[in-house]
Amino acid sequence: MAEKLAYWQALNYALDAEMAGDDSVFVLGEDVGLYGGAYRVTEGLYAKYGEWRVRDTPISENSFTGLGVGAAMIGLRPVVEIMTTNFSLLALDAIINMAAKIPFMSGGQFGMPLVVRMPGGVAKSLAAQHSQRLEHTLMNVPGLRIAVPATPQDAYWQLRQAIASDDCIVLLEHELLYGEKGEVDLQAASPPMHQAVVRRTGRDLTIVAYSRMANLAQEAADVLAGEGLDAEVIDLRSLQPIDWDLCEKSLRKTRHLLIVEEDCRFAGAGAEIAATLTERCFDVLAAAPLRLGGLGLPTPFNAALEAVSIPQVDDIVEAARQLSRSPRGT
Amino acid sequence: MERDQLRGMVRDLLLARRFEERAGQAYSEGEFGGFLHLYPGEEAVAVGVLHAAEPSDYVVSTYREHVHALVKGVPPGRVMAELYGRRDGCSGGMGGSMHLFDRERRFMGGYAIVGETFPVAIGIAYGIVMRKLSEAVICFFGEGAANQGTFHESLNMAALWRLPVLFVCENNRYQIGTEVHRQSALPEIHKRACAYGMPGENADGMDVLAVHEVAQRMLRGIRAGQGPQLLELNTYRFRGHSMADAGAYRSRAEVESYKRTGPLQRVEQDLVAPVDRLTGSSIALDQTTMQQLRDEVEQIVEAAVAFAEASPAPALSDAWDALDANRRHETLVRPEPRHG
Repeated sequence: MAEKLAYWQALNYALDAEMAGDDSVFVLGEDVGLYGGAYRVTEGLYAKYGEWRVRDTPISENSFTGLGVGAAMIGLRPVVEIMTTNFSLLALDAIINMAAKIPFMSGGQFGMPLVVRMPGGVAKSLAAQHSQRLEHTLMNVPGLRIAVPATPQDAYWQLRQAIASDDCIVLLEHELLYGEKGEVDLQAASPPMHQAVVRRTGRDLTIVAYSRMANLAQEAADVLAGEGLDAEVIDLRSLQPIDWDLCEKSLRKTRHLLIVEEDCRFAGAGAEIAATLTERCFDVLAAAPLRLGGLGLPTPFNAALEAVSIPQVDDIVEAARQLSRSPRGT
Repeated sequence: MERDQLRGMVRDLLLARRFEERAGQAYSEGEFGGFLHLYPGEEAVAVGVLHAAEPSDYVVSTYREHVHALVKGVPPGRVMAELYGRRDGCSGGMGGSMHLFDRERRFMGGYAIVGETFPVAIGIAYGIVMRKLSEAVICFFGEGAANQGTFHESLNMAALWRLPVLFVCENNRYQIGTEVHRQSALPEIHKRACAYGMPGENADGMDVLAVHEVAQRMLRGIRAGQGPQLLELNTYRFRGHSMADAGAYRSRAEVESYKRTGPLQRVEQDLVAPVDRLTGSSIALDQTTMQQLRDEVEQIVEAAVAFAEASPAPALSDAWDALDANRRHETLVRPEPRHG
């Protein structure tokens, strides 16, 4: 049943399936229509569904995201594409002050079946204004739920689930993942949208990661296996809520925690993960949790500097070795 | 204009004034806290526009929205209970004075970040067009909001896609303490409509009949698919921006001069001179009728206060329920401990 799809294609299939099944689903954003989407995610949908359901917008992020909020309030299911995460800074009023708060401030009267998709992360020499990660900001907003698919299968499942949800879901997609291919089973039952998954089982340490870093963590685990270090890799798949139970179960087995994130380490997602898992698992931890994250720099344009500003496979391998050598690490 | 229609509008003018004065009194007595932005002086705007609306029309409003909610039909007790932060408030005590919502009556919220009403309104209107309905959205905003980016962004999209929105500018001349000539290069807000190829008009926002007439005409065109329009209504607020405003930025003489020709004064002094549409004869309300209406709204407002005072405070579990109201059918993770 499964077929090999690129991440962008999986998202495209998910949109197509939801739009075909429900007239209230519509897509809007810059160049999503005639052009087909900056990363091809909406390719072919304009011809199939017409301009009212695949709407090319002016460059007005706050208002077209807010348009999605208003439409969601009367029961439509808008999927807003913000061309890159960086531009979402212009739409944070719509996302944080409106989408996240209207259901609550109205005493639960209004749903917010709105999906906001945004490509982000460090890609290839796009410089500081086009290489940001904003999950730290969004995670701190009650009322938002955040999915971070790392594979084509999860991209397909989680976008479909996000559209079906009556809450506002932010889908953080990674720009370097769009071209990555993987098996996608279009018929298989999906796990809950926010459930984490163990990508690789192991007994010596737990690596918790998400989005592109989950894939890098798996590569690192393969290298570590050659050295006799058996790493368990958890792909969180979601940053709000976080599947703490799965992480705790793993930590109670491995007693060592390595967190890998692409976002700046300071006050990033990893800080929350380290703090909560330390609270939950302090009694069994054999070493202090170790966080590997981006440097506290605006992303440099120079490709070599850009590469050292975020974790690479070698860095994850080295951090795992270091964690296993820690004084209490037996 | 028929006599019953006029009577309804005058009743709502009186209700609006009395409700706000009573709310201000309760606030001063410490019954509730927070920000409280009152409407006296501007009543003819909400009453004139919303008496021209259909029940199927949607209203999006600002943080000075109690009267818009009342005239749209939200029960006064539910509005007052929301000001008190009580469980029976129209937002369950989660929103307060600035965030009144009533889904059933299509009152789509009070928004407290200036300029947010524009995108919400065009989103609702976009849905109306997708569903091929002949409904309209009424979007209230102050003249200060016309300098936010969302004003330009949203009016552009509304005109581009011919969305059924009546943008209503309540120009009370002051964005808190900054007078319109000190904040706007073009203080006549309706003239900005031409930048989007949109019809724009202004009218005397102190004259409830003039407001009603122009709003009715514009809404008729909007519902007929002619696209959005911008209506600027020149008005004035008699009280401070909020209860915390001492009002040092304008003279007492200026405030008093506006008060002498306020929306209620005009009705009481027959300055609006309503005439019967068929016969052309005056249908101004006599003093007996005016007194009856005053007594009626006094009772309504006191009943609203009693309702609010009797309503219990919401529990913390009500807050979690409000947050979770729309996710009951979903499994988020595995059966999860609540909000870790």
